[in-house]
Amino acid sequence: MRPKGGQVDMTEDMGALHEQGSQWYDGEAGPLVRPYAMTGGRTRSGPTGVRFDLIALVTLDAGAPGVDDDTALGPEHRALIELCRTETQSVAELGAGADLPVGVVRVLLGDLLELGCVTVSRPVPPAQLPDERILREVIEGLRAL
Amino acid sequence: MVSEHSDAQDGETTALALKILVAGGFGVGKTTLVGAVSEIRPLRTEELLSEAGQLVDDTGGVDQKVTTTVAMDFGRITIRSGLSLYLFGTPGQDRFWFLWDELSQGALGAVVLADTRRLEDCFPAVDYFEHRHIPFVVAVNCFTGARTYGAHDVSRALDLDQGTPVVLCDARDRDSGKEVLIRLVEYAGRMHTARLLDSVG
Repeated sequence: MRPKGGQVDMTEDMGALHEQGSQWYDGEAGPLVRPYAMTGGRTRSGPTGVRFDLIALVTLDAGAPGVDDDTALGPEHRALIELCRTETQSVAELGAGADLPVGVVRVLLGDLLELGCVTVSRPVPPAQLPDERILREVIEGLRAL
Repeated sequence: MVSEHSDAQDGETTALALKILVAGGFGVGKTTLVGAVSEIRPLRTEELLSEAGQLVDDTGGVDQKVTTTVAMDFGRITIRSGLSLYLFGTPGQDRFWFLWDELSQGALGAVVLADTRRLEDCFPAVDYFEHRHIPFVVAVNCFTGARTYGAHDVSRALDLDQGTPVVLCDARDRDSGKEVLIRLVEYAGRMHTARLLDSVG
């Protein structure tokens, strides 16, 4: 049997977050806003239902209408746009940066994609590992770190 | 949309991200390894269990079952502009196996971290990657105070397929961690070439 002591993986963050100032709620109370409330209850993105990989890269199209329109989008959408403004971000980084679960980020990204605010790259498909040249580049890059 | 394939020109212009998993038993040093080689402090991403488990349907209501999240730590190494490596520590608990399926999709390979004092903790990870033909290396995290074993001993004890690299490492050490990753990428490249040749022959 493997040990089942992984609780630190679960709520540690929330606990630490609310320790200071001892608010009337704590981590164990769960999120104040249910995660999918931010997506209007949707758990999948858009009509096409694309499921973005954790390392799918999101690039902002700064010229797109809507990107600078404060009225069109919700605060969480805006948070994602702001994170992408400095550099291309992976879905996982957006989740960490905006402090949102990945599932919620995926739905919000679907909206942004439909509005044309962002482009999302697909990661390399499983059967199509990158060519040798890229792997060599990775090895050399690692050596040079 | 960005194209999926990467021919000579695409590689230069299209941002490419590669994924490496770091697996192993609880407390073996997965996040430590990720942190040692990552250029960013390991970040934490959360996946909603009900979403990953497909228990929620999208009928429009806010689902009442959404309560549990599982966290994954990850780091990043930028090889050059437009080419980056992401390292994901897999959740240590058995009941999150289904998350591994998603994580391992399109992964370049995996590092299975092992502790010789409780080698059996990494059996599930070894089984998992062997069955799915995902290239992996076993990295033995040499904890101080633990008796040191040779790579051969560990390979035999784990009954690894021939060729699966075993590397002794110190998960806290950046150079050591780099070496583990280099061995993995080299091995993944060899596996990939071998598979290509197989499919041709």
